[in-house]
Amino acid sequence: MSSASTTIEPSPTGPPPERHPVTPDYLNDGYGLRSWLTTHDHKRIGVLYLLSITVFFFIGGWAATMMRLQLLSPHGDLVTSETYNRLFTLHGVTMVWFFLIPSVPTVLGNFVLPMMIGARDVAFPRLNLLSWYIFVLGGIFTLYATISGGVDTGWTFYTPYSTTYANGHVIAMASGIFITGFSTIFTALNFIVTTHTMRAPGMHWFRLPLFVWSLYATSLIMVLATPVIAITLALIALERFAGVGIFDPRIGGDPLLFQHLFWFYSHPAVYIMILPGMGVVSEMITCFSRKRIFGYKFVAYSSLAIAVLGFIVWGHHMFVASQSIYAGMIFSMLSFLVSIPSAIKVFNWTATLYKGRIHFHTPMLYALGFIGLFTIGGLTGLFLATLAVDMHVHDTYFVIAHFHYIMVGGMVMAYLGGLHFWWPKISGRMYNEKLAQFSAAIIFVGFNLTFFPQFILGYLGMPRRYPYYPPQWQVFHILSTAGASVLAVGYLLPLCYLTWSFFFGRHAPPNPWHASGLEWNETSSPPIRTNFEKLPIVTREAYDYPYPIQKDA
Amino acid sequence: MPRESASHIPEQFESRAQQEEADALGIWTFLSTEILFFGGLILSYSVYRVSYHAGFAEASQHLYFWIGTINTFILLTSSLCMALAVHSIHDGDVAKLRRYLVLTFIFGAAFLGLKLCEYYLDYREHLVPSVNFDPSHFLHPHAAELFLFLYFAMTGLHAIHMTLGLSALTYLYFRARRGDFSQEYHSPVKVVGLYWHFVDIVWVFLYPMLYLINN
Amino acid sequence: MIPGLADIPFFPEEAGNSAPQVDAIYWALVGISTLMTVGLFVVITCFLIRYRHTSEANRTMLRLSPTYLEVTWSTIPMIIFTGLFVWGAVVFVKANRPARNATPIYVVGQQWYWDVRHQNGRHEIGDLHVPVGQPVQLIMTSADVIHDYYIPAFRQKYDVVPGKYTSLSFTATKPGKYRILCSQYCGTDHSLMTGYLFAMRPDAYQRWLQAKDGTGTESMAETGAQLFRTFSCSGCHGENTGVHAPSLAGIYGNSVPLQGGQFVTADDQYLRDSILRASAQVVAGYKPIMPSYQGQISEEQAMQIIAYIKSLSQPPAPAASLPVPNSSTP
Repeated sequence: MSSASTTIEPSPTGPPPERHPVTPDYLNDGYGLRSWLTTHDHKRIGVLYLLSITVFFFIGGWAATMMRLQLLSPHGDLVTSETYNRLFTLHGVTMVWFFLIPSVPTVLGNFVLPMMIGARDVAFPRLNLLSWYIFVLGGIFTLYATISGGVDTGWTFYTPYSTTYANGHVIAMASGIFITGFSTIFTALNFIVTTHTMRAPGMHWFRLPLFVWSLYATSLIMVLATPVIAITLALIALERFAGVGIFDPRIGGDPLLFQHLFWFYSHPAVYIMILPGMGVVSEMITCFSRKRIFGYKFVAYSSLAIAVLGFIVWGHHMFVASQSIYAGMIFSMLSFLVSIPSAIKVFNWTATLYKGRIHFHTPMLYALGFIGLFTIGGLTGLFLATLAVDMHVHDTYFVIAHFHYIMVGGMVMAYLGGLHFWWPKISGRMYNEKLAQFSAAIIFVGFNLTFFPQFILGYLGMPRRYPYYPPQWQVFHILSTAGASVLAVGYLLPLCYLTWSFFFGRHAPPNPWHASGLEWNETSSPPIRTNFEKLPIVTREAYDYPYPIQKDA
Repeated sequence: MPRESASHIPEQFESRAQQEEADALGIWTFLSTEILFFGGLILSYSVYRVSYHAGFAEASQHLYFWIGTINTFILLTSSLCMALAVHSIHDGDVAKLRRYLVLTFIFGAAFLGLKLCEYYLDYREHLVPSVNFDPSHFLHPHAAELFLFLYFAMTGLHAIHMTLGLSALTYLYFRARRGDFSQEYHSPVKVVGLYWHFVDIVWVFLYPMLYLINN
Repeated sequence: MIPGLADIPFFPEEAGNSAPQVDAIYWALVGISTLMTVGLFVVITCFLIRYRHTSEANRTMLRLSPTYLEVTWSTIPMIIFTGLFVWGAVVFVKANRPARNATPIYVVGQQWYWDVRHQNGRHEIGDLHVPVGQPVQLIMTSADVIHDYYIPAFRQKYDVVPGKYTSLSFTATKPGKYRILCSQYCGTDHSLMTGYLFAMRPDAYQRWLQAKDGTGTESMAETGAQLFRTFSCSGCHGENTGVHAPSLAGIYGNSVPLQGGQFVTADDQYLRDSILRASAQVVAGYKPIMPSYQGQISEEQAMQIIAYIKSLSQPPAPAASLPVPNSSTP
C-alpha cells in the first residue's frame, strides 16, 4: 500500500494487524498517569496538548455561544454589559493564546514533525514536556482570573483602560498569557533546532514536506515576536500594580506606544496561527489528489516570505489611531504586499488538483473548505488594507468577519482536517468516514451562515464589542446566531466520534491513505515510542505520488 | 533514565556532534528571544528619551553613577572568569573549571549585592515611582517619573536574569563536581557561558543609556 | 420584532462628502473579490469533477516549469493592488485634510458620553449639530481612555485619545439624522456611548446655534478669558506682571523657539501641553517654573482657554483654527 498507488483503496476490516511482539506502540509503552505526565515522547506530549487545547476550545466556544445568544435581541438581557465585556475578552484570550496558536504546532507538529524528518524525537524532549507544563500553568492563571470575576479589557488590553481604569483581574490574566508565551517560545526553539540538526541522512531541505517548512517559518515568528508581547504584558502588569507607568498620559506617557508594542507581536501572531494550517493543507491536497505539489519551492519560500513580511505591517491596525499618515501609507502598501505569498499558495494548491486523481475523504473536504474560506477571508483583508475603506470599517463587524473567515473558516478547518488525516497514526484507529464527511459539511454551512452576515453588519456600521445595537440590524444577528448553533453541532460531532473511535474504532493500517512521507511509510499505526525500527535513509523527493504523469514535448 | 554524563548520548541524538550542534543552535535561538525581550524595553526608553530629552538627562543625574560604574567593571570581570572557565574545561581541567565557576559566581553575586544597595539608596532619595517618588526634586517631574520607572524595570529585569544565571552557575558547579564534564563533553558549560556573556552585554547597553546621558 | 423586508437596511446611506468616494472603492473591491472567488470556485469545481478518481480523463501533461505561471499570477495581483493602494490613500488623505475655512467644533469623549462645544459656547451632550454644505473640523480629545468617534453615514471615524488632540473633518451633504457610535472599546457602557448627528440647512443651523437653551450665553473664547483670570494665568502671562513669562498675544500659529534649539508651532496641541504638562516644551530663554494644571483644569476648560488665546491673535472676530494634524506626537 505505497504512495505510488493511484487510488486509495478502502481500509481493511478484521482483526488488528500483527504487532511486533517485543516493541509496544507509544500508547502502550507504559501505563498510568505518571508515565504520561513524565513522558519525554513527542507523541505523548502531542496528545497531552490535544486534550488541553480541546478544553480551552470549548471554554472559548461557550463564551462565544453566550455572546451570540445575547445578540439575538438588540437590547437583550441575557447578560449585563459588564458580563458581556468579560465574555468577549475570555473568548479572544482563550481562542488566540490557548487554542489557535498552539493547535497545529503543539498537537500535529509535535506528533508528526520528528517522524517527517526521520528523527526519533525532537532535539530537547525534556524542554518539550516543560513547554506543556508551562502551557497548563498559564492556563490555570487565566482560568483563575476568569473564575474570580474576569477581565473586560478585550484581548487587546489597550491602555490606559487596562492599566488605569479597568476593574478586573488584569494582572492575573496578563501573567497567564506571559507564562504561556514561554511555552510557545520553547516549542518553537525545539522545532527550529530539530529541523536544522536532526534530519535523517538524505533529507535535504528541499526534500522536506511543506508542513515542515510551514512549521519552521511559524517557529521563526514565534521566537522573535512572542518576547515582545511578553515584555508588553509585563509592563502593563507593572503599571497596574504600581499605579504609574509609561503608558499613562497623565505623566506624559503615550498610549500609542502600547499599541505599537502590542501589534508588533499580534500581527505576526496571526501568521503564527495560519501558517501551520497552510502546511497541513499542502499535505492533504497532495495526498488526496495523488499528485506532487505544484511549485514546491514557491510554496516553501512563500512561507518564509509571509514570516518576514508579517513583521512589517503591524500599523494597519492603527490607521485611525493617530499614527502619522505617512506611516499609514507605508503600512497599507506593505499589507497589500503580504497577501501575495498567500495568493501564491492558493494558486499552487489549485494547480495541484489539475490532472490529479481526486478523492473526497474527510481531510480533503476540510482542505477544500480551507481554500475557499481562506480566499474569502484573505480578499476581505484587502478591504482593510485600503486606507479609505478601513476608515469606515475599522473596529466594526467587518473586521470580525474577516478574521473569523481566516481563523475559523481557514485555520480551524485545517486543524480538524489534519487531525482526521493523522488520526490513524495518533490513535491507531479509523473514524467513521460518513459521519466525518457529514460533520465537515455541517461545519461549512454553519460557518458561512454565522459569519457572512457580519460583513454586511460591519459595513452598515455595527461596531465591535457591543452587547446592545440599533434594532434595524437585528435580522443579521439572528442569522448569525442561527449559524452559530449549527456550527456548534458541527464541532461537537468530531469530539464524540473521534473519542469513540479511539476506544472502539477499526484498527488502522500503517498507511490507510497511501500517503507519501516517512511518517506514513516507515512507522506503524500507532508508531513505536522511538518511531522507527531503523532510522530511514532518504533517497526520494517529497510528495512521491504517481501524478502528474509528465511527458516531454 | 540515565543522566547526561561524559559517556552517555541522549536517545534522540545519533552522535555527540549532533548533540553539540543542537545545544549551540538552541542557546543562540534562545538568546535571540532575549534580544527581543529586552528590546521592547530599550525601544520604549528610546522613544521617551527623544521626546523628553532634557527631563531624562536631569533624572539621570540623580542616579548613583559610581555604583553603576563599579558594577560595570565587576560584571565584565565575571565574564572574563566565565570565559576562562569554558577555556579550562576545553583543555580538560576540571579543577580549574570549578574554581573559575566559583569566581564568576562571586563577582555576579557582588554585582547583585551592590545593585541592592543602590536600590536602597534610590529609595532613600525618594526616587521610587509609586512608592515614595518626590516630584519636587525635579524641574521635569513627569519625565523623571517615566525615566525612573524604566530604570527600575530595565535594571530589575537584568537583575532577574543575573539571578537565573547564578542558579545556572550553581547547577554547573555541582555537575562539574560529580564529574559530568570533560574535554570531550562540556556542552552545558558553553551554553551557560553564552548566556552569561549575553547578560553582560545587555548591561553594557543599559549602563550608558541610564547613567551616562546628559544634556 | 423582526421588521418587514423593506425595512432591513443592507447598505448605509451616504450623507458626507467622503462617503461616495469610499463606497466607490468598496464596490471595486467587492467586484474584484467576487471575480476572484467565483473564478477560483469554478476552476476548482471543474478540476474536482473532471479529475475525480473514478473518471478516466487524460492526465498526461507537458513538463512545465512553474516559474512563468508563478510570476504571472504574482505580478498581475501586485499591479491591481498598487492601484487600489493609491486610490485608497488618496481618498484617505483628502478625507482627513481639514478645509482651510472649516468650522471647528470641540469634542471631549469620556466614559460614557460625548461632550460637544461649539465656538459660540453652545453645548450639547451625545449629539452633534452641523450645517450642510459647510466644512467642519471636530477637534477631539479624551478625558480618560481611548474612544473613537464614528459616523457610519459619512464613512469616517477617528480615535479620540487622552493626552492629545485628534480630528475628524467632513462636510455634510444631506440634511438628516445620522448615528454616531463610539468605536474603540472603552469600558462598561461603550455600546451606550452613542448619539445622533443632525445635519441641518445653514439657516436652520444658525437658528439652532443662536437658540437660548441655557448654554451658549457666552462664546468659548469669552469663557476662556474668565478662566484665564480665575486660574491666575494672567498673573504671569498678563501685561505688567513683573514675572518673566512668554507673551501670548499673537502666539497661536506661530513658530516658537524651545530650549535645546528646536522650533515648534504653537498649535492647539502645544498650547494644551503647555497648560497641562508645563515643563515638557519650555520656550527658549525662560525658566521652567510654570506649574502643571493637570487635574485642576479639565479638557473642556483647556479648550476654552485655548479659544481665548487664539482670539488674542487678531482683533475681535473669532480666529480661524489651524488644522489639527492626526499624527502621533508623544
